[in-house]
Amino acid sequence: MSALKPSRRMTHLDVLESEAIHIMREAAGERSKLALLFSGGKDSAVVLHLATKAFWPERLPFPLLHVDTGHNFPEVLEFRDATARRLGERLIVREVEGSILRGTVKLPRPDASRNGAQSVTLLEAVEEFGFDALIGGARRDEEKARAKERIFSHRDEFGAWNPKAQRAELWSLYNARINPGENMRVFPLSNWTERDVWAYIAREGIALPSIYFAHKRDVVRRDGLLMPVTMLTPPRPGDVVEKLSVRFRTVGDITGTCPVASEAETVDEILAETEIAELSERGATRMDDRVNEAAMERRKREGYF
Amino acid sequence: MALPTTDEDAGVLRFITAGSVDDGKSTLIGRLLFDSKGLLRDQVAAISKSRAGSNEEAEIDLALVTDGLESEREQGITIDVAYRYFATPRRSFIIADAPGHEQYTRNMVTAASNAEAAVILIDASRLAGKGLKAQTRRHATIAKLMGLKVIVAVNKMDLTGWSRAVFEEIRDNFARVARTLGIEDPIYVPIAAKHGDNVARRTPHTPWYDGPPLLEILETLDATRRNDGVFRLPVQRVIRMPDGARAYAGRIASGDVAVGQEITVLPSGQTAVVEAIRTFDGAFADAAEGQSVGVVLDRDVDVSRGDTLASAEARTTRALVADLCWLDEEPWEKGRRYLLKQGSRTTQALIDGIVFVREMTELAEVGEASGLKLNDIASVKVKLRDPILADTYAERPATGAFVLIDAASNQTAAAGMIREAA
Repeated sequence: MSALKPSRRMTHLDVLESEAIHIMREAAGERSKLALLFSGGKDSAVVLHLATKAFWPERLPFPLLHVDTGHNFPEVLEFRDATARRLGERLIVREVEGSILRGTVKLPRPDASRNGAQSVTLLEAVEEFGFDALIGGARRDEEKARAKERIFSHRDEFGAWNPKAQRAELWSLYNARINPGENMRVFPLSNWTERDVWAYIAREGIALPSIYFAHKRDVVRRDGLLMPVTMLTPPRPGDVVEKLSVRFRTVGDITGTCPVASEAETVDEILAETEIAELSERGATRMDDRVNEAAMERRKREGYF
Repeated sequence: MALPTTDEDAGVLRFITAGSVDDGKSTLIGRLLFDSKGLLRDQVAAISKSRAGSNEEAEIDLALVTDGLESEREQGITIDVAYRYFATPRRSFIIADAPGHEQYTRNMVTAASNAEAAVILIDASRLAGKGLKAQTRRHATIAKLMGLKVIVAVNKMDLTGWSRAVFEEIRDNFARVARTLGIEDPIYVPIAAKHGDNVARRTPHTPWYDGPPLLEILETLDATRRNDGVFRLPVQRVIRMPDGARAYAGRIASGDVAVGQEITVLPSGQTAVVEAIRTFDGAFADAAEGQSVGVVLDRDVDVSRGDTLASAEARTTRALVADLCWLDEEPWEKGRRYLLKQGSRTTQALIDGIVFVREMTELAEVGEASGLKLNDIASVKVKLRDPILADTYAERPATGAFVLIDAASNQTAAAGMIREAA
């Protein structure tokens, strides 16, 4: 027995990990055509890591699916492709551009944000492949509406969430039944906070796209935010382009994602940096303060969009 | 630093808050988040703004933390349970908050199903000399039904002049209800959530109270749900190991399991010995409640999703008596078959008779009931097409619980707790 590890007392990350694994095994047990939404972002990287654990040593019983807005950072797309290749998993990519060409998505302006259009392309992919459940990385601490969303969340045939008719969800007894044409969304990270995600990334050594870590990038200052200078977001007349050390806290659509000034090159440094920033911002002095980037991400989204 | 180290990390405590806005529930939740630094600067700014630009802590309306619920209610969004998260260096917390007066039973039952404890709030300022409100008796009943540990937070003590007599009167009143219901060892704490007294820090106003403040009670509460430690693992999936062996994968619902231990496969009743416990993170000599593992057996037995690996003496049943909380707008239809899910198994069930419906004001048991509708709590007889585990909710909450699903609407129709196998 000497080769065997002794049992451990479960820490809060162990509890969250085990719950997420249980959720994904239930999803795979109750539904037959699943896909895991994998964008290459940190939350989806954590979900993919947990899925690998849930079905180890077998391959995943579902493909990875990414709806590409065409406005993604190249580093993130490279990471997405490399990760799927490394794990030997099937990656399906469907592009909003395809929906635009088909005429199912019509943007008000060519350079408009494509966030809203994503759901059209997603539903087209669901129909094309007959997916009956999609596993995603949304968390309840992200916003107030999410705080009420189920772990197994029902979508009607138009892909719509009806908060008025949510099913009661008790214990760990998930009700994944649907009618033909309907869909289940499954959120294994429902009970995780932003801090839990970073702590788990650190503990498990989960790889992330390089732009999450400090790097030199051309930016301009606008409305108190740092805007990355890219093909899609060129400097405006009068902007002063600076080369700063920055990192991204979230990686979404290029037109809506701003980096923050940072020197943090590792996950531990990101955690430490976030705590110090939080402390001084709040004028607090306690070092046992907790970290929660979710609200800042939210603020950023609200501020920009 | 903020991250709990492995040695100190006391895991996660999930608790519900029971009480109305009038009792100061929103203020208490806001206070817990604020004092544990669970609120960020922007959130604090948002709730301070409405108070004439003051940054004084005392001026912050903590109840506004849970605001937004009001506007959602106006939009007609069902607010049954909202989850909030905070952490101290000792423990992470999940608050399942079930707001609202309507459908309160359904919401509180739903919130309680994944909680270990209930904080029941009582407004001391309005209760002196009056006895407990019907609402508090209802909260106590549901907490007992769902097997939660009970903490009674006697709030607004400042408005009583920190009267020891008022606190003790409320404590004694609640203790009588607790004795009637069979709630074991409720914990009582006098607080003033608005000012933070005895919430995160001890107050100088209660020299006569020698217990810890509420947050410390929550940090140190034994979070393990009461069960008898007997092994149960509902099999979610059969997974092939690299050497071809089959591992039965699932999360351990109760007890623990070790290599070399004899187990029974239910409902077939076949027995086998545990040969290995495998996970992505390695092979283990044993595993305990809450862990997701793969169990390899020493012989070929027929095991598939829906079966349970269990300790040797486990048994199954096709008839039982259960407490039921009806959750669906559609009332129960006599004679209809519902789907029943217990662990990873789904079968068909028929409600064969109502023993009694619990009247929720005086808590009396009403016999001769003929129907079940939303928010009803009843004791019922259930017949099953296939055998399920004969575990009671009191012995093993994780496997003694089930849900009923309406196969026509796919709605989750009822929550059930097995009281006895017939």
